[in-house]
Amino acid sequence: MTDATADMFDEGVLALEGGGDEGPAPRDIIVSYGFWIFILSDMVLFSALFASYAVLAGRTAGGPSGAQLFDLRRVFAETACLLLSSFCCGLMSLSIEARRVRATYIGAALTFALGAVFLALEFSEFAGMALAGDGPARSAFLSAFFTLVGTHGAHVTCGLIWLTVMMAQVATLGFRDKVVRRLRCFALFWHALDIVWVALFTVVYLIGAR
Amino acid sequence: MADPGPLSSAARDLAPGANARDPGVANYLIGLGLAVILTGASFWAAGTHLIWSQAVPIALAVLAIAQMGVHLVFFLHLSSAPDNTNNILALAFGILIVFLVVAGSLWIMANLNANMLPMSELMRMQR
Repeated sequence: MTDATADMFDEGVLALEGGGDEGPAPRDIIVSYGFWIFILSDMVLFSALFASYAVLAGRTAGGPSGAQLFDLRRVFAETACLLLSSFCCGLMSLSIEARRVRATYIGAALTFALGAVFLALEFSEFAGMALAGDGPARSAFLSAFFTLVGTHGAHVTCGLIWLTVMMAQVATLGFRDKVVRRLRCFALFWHALDIVWVALFTVVYLIGAR
Repeated sequence: MADPGPLSSAARDLAPGANARDPGVANYLIGLGLAVILTGASFWAAGTHLIWSQAVPIALAVLAIAQMGVHLVFFLHLSSAPDNTNNILALAFGILIVFLVVAGSLWIMANLNANMLPMSELMRMQR
């Protein structure tokens, strides 16, 4: 469907059969709702990883357990970074809706920086464990740990790349409709990743370190 | 198209993440404050000896679920208003699947563990 046709749908010139009296929903709603469905399917992916972690958490094969490996001060710093990053992303969303370019850049820069610090902390934890011989091959517990936490880290990495691309689009294309729709999807993604981290630091780190 | 007729946005559903009621900084600040309190409580509960140790995982689970709720309401702007029904229904279905996957896996694996022969017995039978 071309943009021109889509606009005619949005303005109610064209209507699909079966769209009801009101016609099809505007694009803003369809795009965000579709992305919401994607996020929920991503949660199902994480639930499978959480389930395998929960099943394998005790299978250390004579290797170190979570209580010996986890440094809760580092986890607290990671949690603080991701929470503040989510908050800055919210402020960025407000700036986008108000179409303020400078404030959007500042919000995006803070969101990116805090996310990057989170990733650096996670990477140093992984590297420290792997160098000490406690990599994913050491035990079923560590395989499940690296898969679960690493998948979340990969999502955060994708989010940072996405944010960079979006800022390039704001710089070159400005706040045109499709850029704003993509930015709204990014905000949904970033807030959802913080929700996954809440489950993660509780189940893996806080309960695992006991 | 001067007359949008019944297409007025008020009659529409709200997109996920959209906030029609309180689009201000205060909303995010309240969310941040509650999240900080709940996160602090989680880390405190994990290290304290004031709570009966068997109950700590339950306390942590309750705090985590509460914090997820805070994030959904204050950051993702979910509400129980009629314009959010579709978003909530999708979320409810997602939660159902997550619950089935996690609880089902744990249940099945616990049963398997209970019903399996000990590993030493298995090795003896294979010989």
